[in-house]
Amino acid sequence: MTMNIETRTYKQADYKSDVKPIWCPGCGDYHVLMSFTRAFAQLGLPPEEIVVVSGIGCSSRIPAYTNCYGFHGVHGRSLALAAGLKVTRPDLTVVVASGDGDGYSIGGNHFLHACRRNVDMTYVVMDNHIYGMTKGQPSPTTEPEFDTALSPGGTKVRPFHPLVVALASGANFIARCFSGDPNQTADVLAEAIRHPGFSFVEILSPCVTFRPDEKAWKEQVHAAPVTETSDQGKAARRLMTDDGFNIGILYRGNRTPYQPAAGKSDFDLSELEKDFEL
Amino acid sequence: MSKSPSAPKVANLHDLLAVAYQIEIDAVERYKLLADQMETHNNPELVKVFRDLARAEGIHGEEIRRLAGDFDVVAHAREIAKFAQGESPEEAELGSAHYLMTPWHALQLSLAGEKRALAYFTSIVETAKDPKVKEMAAELVEEEAEHVSLVHRLLRRYPEPSKNWAEDLDPPVSQE
Repeated sequence: MTMNIETRTYKQADYKSDVKPIWCPGCGDYHVLMSFTRAFAQLGLPPEEIVVVSGIGCSSRIPAYTNCYGFHGVHGRSLALAAGLKVTRPDLTVVVASGDGDGYSIGGNHFLHACRRNVDMTYVVMDNHIYGMTKGQPSPTTEPEFDTALSPGGTKVRPFHPLVVALASGANFIARCFSGDPNQTADVLAEAIRHPGFSFVEILSPCVTFRPDEKAWKEQVHAAPVTETSDQGKAARRLMTDDGFNIGILYRGNRTPYQPAAGKSDFDLSELEKDFEL
Repeated sequence: MSKSPSAPKVANLHDLLAVAYQIEIDAVERYKLLADQMETHNNPELVKVFRDLARAEGIHGEEIRRLAGDFDVVAHAREIAKFAQGESPEEAELGSAHYLMTPWHALQLSLAGEKRALAYFTSIVETAKDPKVKEMAAELVEEEAEHVSLVHRLLRRYPEPSKNWAEDLDPPVSQE
């Protein structure tokens, strides 16, 4: 008997749902959604083998706009959810979407440990340096002098440096993209998904409503002047002196991803239970 | 990293038709997306403008498909029509959208797109070695030039709005 194995190619549209985004017109997240679907099509992944997990915030609405499996989780907990999913279903491609508030503040601790744990998944943070959904409060990446009614005189607090933190915590792939270049972002996302272990992609995605000044980002971003490195020391020096607008893959490590063997444990739980018997 | 008309290499007539087709189809998709955004944000006047622009670009796309005859321009476009900066020339800039934008703004986006397409096909006329490509590109230049004039004519109906067009008396939150 011969079997007809159908190999199909996927178009970007195959990954888009019928749900219309409710982001503000002009929001960078529209481009990010475009980059997601382009990257998935580029990789030729069946939509039902991809899971997009998110937390809370404008960026975290993205699973609903894709035709993949999705999980819109609780605030800041997307990485914990995703890690649990990936270790139990390593056959799935897991992409986590977050914003700078959800990812670096409420979910900041999960970020550190997800980098450290190095589960094979891709973490995309759409960074707009503001809490957009809750109407413009400063986030961990907001500039100290950002002066509004909600932060009179500015926070005067040094911003969080996510790429440096990711490197120090053990992320295995680190990149920065700009939403306004959806092709390059799609290419980087595809690379991030292909690379084993925890891949972290920060996407500068302007918030046109609360940070109209970020429209200028398209003139400020520039290709990283150096090629990617797998040397942590070199990457650390580069990232620490980074101007925040270097675009490209900045670090590609070679740590072995964390993946416990399915259905196996080093311990006999029934033996362990005996220790707790009263 | 601003939008550039840099585009795939056009080696023959099929490539040119595929790229021209993709440019129109990308424009259709972009206008539909903008129309959806305006629908979500209750700007019905702009919904109509963007839907009309999408329809017009769709007709142009179909004309190019007809020109290609039996050649599968759709499949070829998917294969080769990849623009360096991720956006093809006629795609309206998403980042320039605003929930309070007016038809004048929409037509400005459209005009900029038509001008980029005009510049793109002009560059092909200037650089193409194949006479058939040169000839077809010249026709496309004429077509795009006509679209530029058409948008200019449409703009006469919509005067430039006042400087405070984006002022929202009930804004999302005060940033003062």
